[in-house]
Amino acid sequence: MKRANIIQTSDLTKIYGMGDIQVKALDGVSLQIQEGEFVAIMGPSGSGKSTLMNILGCLDRPTSGQYLLAGEEISDLDKVQLAQIRNRRIGFVFQSYNLLPRTSALENVMLPMIYNRDNHTSEAEQHEKALNVLESVGLADRVHHHPQELSGGQSQRVAIARALVNDPVLLLADEPTGNLDSRSGKEIMALLSNLNAQGSTIVMVTHEDDIAAYAQRVIHFLDGRIVTDELNGHPSPAAVHQEESCESV
Amino acid sequence: MNLSKVIQIAWKGLNRNKLRSLLTMLGVIIGVAAVIVMVSVSTGTEATIKDQIEGLGTNLLFVQASFSRGGPGQAPASGGLVYEDAFAIEALNGVKDVVVEQASSETVKAGNVSIEAVSILGTTPGFPSVRDMDVASGRYFNQTDLDRKQKVAVLGAALAEELFGDSPPVGQVVTVGNTKLTVIGVMEEKGLVGSTDYDTYLFTPITVVFEKFTPNQFARLFGDRVRVIYVEVESQDIIDDVIYQIELLLAKRHDVSLEEPDFVIRTQEEIIETQEATTAAFRNLLGWVAGVSLVVGGIGIMNIMLVSVTERTREIGIRQAVGATPTDIRLQFLAEALLLSLVGGVIGVLAGVGGSSLFGALGDLRTVVAPVSILVAFASAAAVGIFFGYYPANKAAQLDPIEALRHE
Repeated sequence: MKRANIIQTSDLTKIYGMGDIQVKALDGVSLQIQEGEFVAIMGPSGSGKSTLMNILGCLDRPTSGQYLLAGEEISDLDKVQLAQIRNRRIGFVFQSYNLLPRTSALENVMLPMIYNRDNHTSEAEQHEKALNVLESVGLADRVHHHPQELSGGQSQRVAIARALVNDPVLLLADEPTGNLDSRSGKEIMALLSNLNAQGSTIVMVTHEDDIAAYAQRVIHFLDGRIVTDELNGHPSPAAVHQEESCESV
Repeated sequence: MNLSKVIQIAWKGLNRNKLRSLLTMLGVIIGVAAVIVMVSVSTGTEATIKDQIEGLGTNLLFVQASFSRGGPGQAPASGGLVYEDAFAIEALNGVKDVVVEQASSETVKAGNVSIEAVSILGTTPGFPSVRDMDVASGRYFNQTDLDRKQKVAVLGAALAEELFGDSPPVGQVVTVGNTKLTVIGVMEEKGLVGSTDYDTYLFTPITVVFEKFTPNQFARLFGDRVRVIYVEVESQDIIDDVIYQIELLLAKRHDVSLEEPDFVIRTQEEIIETQEATTAAFRNLLGWVAGVSLVVGGIGIMNIMLVSVTERTREIGIRQAVGATPTDIRLQFLAEALLLSLVGGVIGVLAGVGGSSLFGALGDLRTVVAPVSILVAFASAAAVGIFFGYYPANKAAQLDPIEALRHE
């Protein structure tokens, strides 16, 4: 069965710096990611994976090349349109959670709905929706806690709930377990796997092989180019468990 | 994002840093309160002066000697304004009544109370009516007292109090200089008229002042000098005509040309206008001073908003990442600045209204809080908020989301 492309890029280039010193962060990246895929992007620092995530997440625009998100041309949208795409079609999960401080978990989750002009539901309905999403990530009993009262794993769950609340077509996770201990990390990965199993398309950047092992497909970057792009098969959680003792750096 | 949500978010933003928000507001509070207090004090003063002057009627002319021709210390070429001038003016067509005053200064004694340098005002009997004053007890002197140069005195309220305390002054004798005068009346309290405090005056027939309280009796050979001649005109319509007649008459009597008179004639309206111009200038000055403090308050808002934008760069990045457009961010910070200035404005209005009545009570001043000053002060506060909030808000809206997210 042929599934729809969520991400389709052709010859994406990103050049930083004008004048004499130019850095090619992305050098002709062509990539297709289909609906329902769980893709891990790996590579050393400076390989261009963060730049790619920023462009895929519509936080940045490529210098040249084309990017279609769920069939929609993104490359030539303006700031306002990009903000709306981020709001409605993309969910972000960051390494450092990026929750608003002194703001309850519930209000953090409701944040994307505030900025969604297409969402004409009442505040009570939005409230209900946010509660449901928080419940689905296992935080029903923490909705009124502030980020400083939550553990790292709980904070990241709030961030995932926030990413999901506008029903995006694409979930982007930038080292989602980078700030977590291994146990919380595994819980977060289990949550992401579960979301993927329910149909979410996930693209994740990671340094760690055992985290990448959760994905079905692993893409390696080096110097702004894709060097390998291979299917992972489905590793069993047990297999990952055994690798834990010999964590690579 | 709807407006109530914008305000709600802005309110939360300000609440996070209550002390800072309050201090920032203080500039606006002081500015707005200052505008209202200043304007209310000067409006009150203006109203008081206008009431006083208008109480005297608008058909009144003031004729005074003008010493513009001679320098200070140099005697004027003519004898100035004399008592006989008043009779000549009284004979003119259209003149209803004439009142004359001449002042002196003497030591006044009653029993063992002695007061130096009391203003002695010699007048004709019509004086209380042209100055809109009333007698509290006893009576003012009449034409007979004047003609017979009766040694009688009418005391201002404060002077009577000082000389006699609680005992009734009427019928008592006061010694003015070397002359004994019988007190026949006490005036009602009047308060300040312009800069004159009639409550401290002693009133006596002008003929007594000529006879007893004129230092140089030889100078009287050229006529009895008077300070002011009040001329009550029959109707407002002929006032210009009467002025012209008086000018011709006095020029002839004093042997001066109309171009260089040794007297001035002023109408009640001119005096009101002069007063109004003075108080209006005063009020405008105060208004500007207060306005400047409002602008300073606005700069305070801008300063703190700029700090806030820098501090909250990461928050801005997060909001942008989840889909806030530049307009959303701009609105949020603009709403914060506007809330600061509006809440400051409301507190300032309350403080201003309270301050005005406090000022009025403490300073024994009449203060009038003009609704328009509240409106202007409040609108200026809002304008200050928008004006000084726009630049920081715009700065926030222009932030690059990636940079903002990386900000620590």
